[in-house]
Amino acid sequence: MADGREPPPLFEVDIDKQDDAEDLFSSAVEDQVGLDGNELPNAFDNVSTSPKLYLQESPSVENLPSEVSAPVVKTSSLEEMEKEREDQFLDVSVTEWQKVGEGMGAYVAYKIVTYTNMPLFHNRNFTVMRRFSDFLGLHDKLSEKYLRTGRIIPPAPEKSVVGMTKIKMSNQAEQGSSADFVEKRRASLERYLNRTASHPVLKVDPDFREFLEADMELPKATNTSALSGAGMMRFLNKVGETVNKITYKMEESDPWFEEKTQQVENLDIQLRKLHASVETLVLHRKELAMFTAAFARSAATLSNCEEHTSLSRALAQLAEVEDKVETLHNDQANADFSVLCELLKDYVALIGAIKEVFHERVKIYQNWQHSQQMLNKKRELKAKLELSGKAEKGSLAGMEVIEWEAKVERCQEEFDNITKMIKKEMERFEVNRVKDFKSIIIQYLENLMTQQQQLIKYWEAFLPEAKAIA
Amino acid sequence: MMDGLDDTADILNDDVRKPGRSETVDLTDNSLMVDISDALSEKDKVKFTVHTKTTLPEFQKPEFLVVRQHEEFVWLHDRFEENEDYAGYIIPPAPPRPDFDASREKLQKLGEGEGTMTKEEFNKMKQELEAEYLATFKKTVAMHEVFLCRLANHPVFRNDHNFRVFLEYDQDLCVRGKNKMEVIGGLMKSLTKTTDEFLLSATVKDVNDFFEQEKNFLIDYHNHLKDATAKADRMTKRHKDVADCYIKISTGLVQLSTIDNSDLEKFLTKVAETFEKARKIEGRVASDEDLKLSDTLRYYMRDSFAAKRLLYRRLRCLVNYENANRNLEKARAKNKDVHAAELAQQQACEKFEQMSDKGKEELMDFKTRRVAAFRKNLVDLAELELKHAKAQVQLFKNCLASLRDE
Repeated sequence: MADGREPPPLFEVDIDKQDDAEDLFSSAVEDQVGLDGNELPNAFDNVSTSPKLYLQESPSVENLPSEVSAPVVKTSSLEEMEKEREDQFLDVSVTEWQKVGEGMGAYVAYKIVTYTNMPLFHNRNFTVMRRFSDFLGLHDKLSEKYLRTGRIIPPAPEKSVVGMTKIKMSNQAEQGSSADFVEKRRASLERYLNRTASHPVLKVDPDFREFLEADMELPKATNTSALSGAGMMRFLNKVGETVNKITYKMEESDPWFEEKTQQVENLDIQLRKLHASVETLVLHRKELAMFTAAFARSAATLSNCEEHTSLSRALAQLAEVEDKVETLHNDQANADFSVLCELLKDYVALIGAIKEVFHERVKIYQNWQHSQQMLNKKRELKAKLELSGKAEKGSLAGMEVIEWEAKVERCQEEFDNITKMIKKEMERFEVNRVKDFKSIIIQYLENLMTQQQQLIKYWEAFLPEAKAIA
Repeated sequence: MMDGLDDTADILNDDVRKPGRSETVDLTDNSLMVDISDALSEKDKVKFTVHTKTTLPEFQKPEFLVVRQHEEFVWLHDRFEENEDYAGYIIPPAPPRPDFDASREKLQKLGEGEGTMTKEEFNKMKQELEAEYLATFKKTVAMHEVFLCRLANHPVFRNDHNFRVFLEYDQDLCVRGKNKMEVIGGLMKSLTKTTDEFLLSATVKDVNDFFEQEKNFLIDYHNHLKDATAKADRMTKRHKDVADCYIKISTGLVQLSTIDNSDLEKFLTKVAETFEKARKIEGRVASDEDLKLSDTLRYYMRDSFAAKRLLYRRLRCLVNYENANRNLEKARAKNKDVHAAELAQQQACEKFEQMSDKGKEELMDFKTRRVAAFRKNLVDLAELELKHAKAQVQLFKNCLASLRDE
């Protein structure tokens, strides 16, 4: 797989250096927003100012062009590379969890096991422990780096104050509902990692790799915490963006985008509705299981009381059948949830990520328009100055014009690139969506069928007992 | 659903025609046939058209119709309960009041939520609710009919004067619903009756072992039946809710498919259809469980209550008998009114023994009826569950096969 291209500097450096800690650190912080032609972020090439900074302050339009590094251009070598990678695999699973610490400082550590034959990784299989904030931190880093270029970043599972409090407050004895919550979270974290790992660009990202294999605690992603200063900044930014989304109306010249935006909106609404319906189903089925159990107990009591022997036995059998049916109902409800419900929830979140990337494009368009306006102003100014004969000022203005002309060009390029990238990403999303839905729904139907087959077994066993009543 | 409901009426009728009474000679006795030929639901009230066909000379016409309401059925039942002559029999339990409240509530909620769902979904749910309403209606008709049939087929009850009036008198029986005072009075009476019953159970120990056993058994059994009925009801109701959820999911899938322009469109449409069919089957499972399980439990809960009443009447009779004995002794001691006391004692003795004999017969009969009904219904239940589960398996198999073929 490494045959067709010259080994990027990244490889050699990794193999030689024993102590990677520092380098990985630097790569995480100073990595580029943009990517060069290889689609492999080169950690050591560009040491410009941290992109992280500019995202957290209100993005000033003027600073923008200098921070954006070389835009992404899909070369044919890239497509080759993507094909070559088809025989590579990256299997990630979140296998277990364990509570660390007690009281308010307690948290849950998740065990992540990876199997891979990708050369980028140091080993073929490895294990690390990560906590929930690490996952959020990973998502943030990936967003910072790739959102601007038009990638759909798989969304991380949501935070839950209720859930976390349960964990912190529960002692060893009362594991019950908190264990439930953590188990659900474990499953969604696994799905999150797998989505990221199946993205051709994200899977080779150094931050992602570090997340999977670095055998040390990651620096605490404090800015993911809701109550931190950075958290407040993010919140304010979000508010600003939301206002922007509402107020700025982009003139869409691309019919593809017009159509897609509408489609995405419809998909969002329908998925949410369907998700709500499935949630109700889960709820009702769980209650059905409860009531069936109550009835089973009641039937058992009745059977004990019944004086006629064969009727009594039949009633006891009925109680047993209903007990088994209860387990079936419970299992089915769990399947309803974990197979169908969670799929729908994931896709609602993914649609959110898609909307985000669409919005990035709108922002870039805004910048472009703004630059265009500035350019026009500068041109006017230059013309005015030249007319009034102030040659010196005129030439200064001329330089500014040239500067702004360059900026406009860059903005336009950025816009075109993100437009292309989004189209590519959407294609990939659609393919995956169809695949996912098909396989999950088939799995769900098989589940329903198996449940009914079990029911047949139970009632077939009961029938002779009922007939035996003399 | 149709077969299920008709079966109920049949089952309960079967019990009635069961042999076991020495007085019944002819099993295919058509001399008095009663059925409810029509029923009308008007606002709060249900009007039943009671149709009688008879060859008995005591009636004025060989065939006639009257219109009765629920309260008149209850009136008839109470007349039997009060009649001393029938003290030794199990009086068939009165039918339950027609209750459409749940259905009405659901229909109303549906109407309120009309804006939030698609036209198709709304129509489907409306259909479901209408079917539910119809089913409740049919059930209440069946229960009223069963009550009358049991009376008509009973060798002694069928000759009752009040029964004849009920069947024949074409005017309103003027049995107005109990007003407040009467309801409270009735409550008080039943309260005292219960304490009476407890007292009786406690202080008067029965001479006859059989009855003592039966009493203990029936008290327990009745309570457990009550509990089981309530739990079965909750279970079947929730089952219906699960089935109804499928409607929403099916609609959601259809909507998803319409906005989709990929492979998924056909895929989702097929799945939506499957859900719709699965829903119908699940709905039928729920209603069959209701009919075969809940209703059987419910009917025998009422019947066992009626059997209990018999036992308490008999115990009271025993108390009277014992009192008469005591009076006789006192009379003999004082040598005053001995003859009257002897007569009274003899009467009480006769009555008691009659009651005991009759009562024993009735209770044995009750057991036979009960066991037979449970057997039939449990067998039916199992067979229906199997039928529906097999149908669902087939449905899913077909769906999966066609989905995989794509």
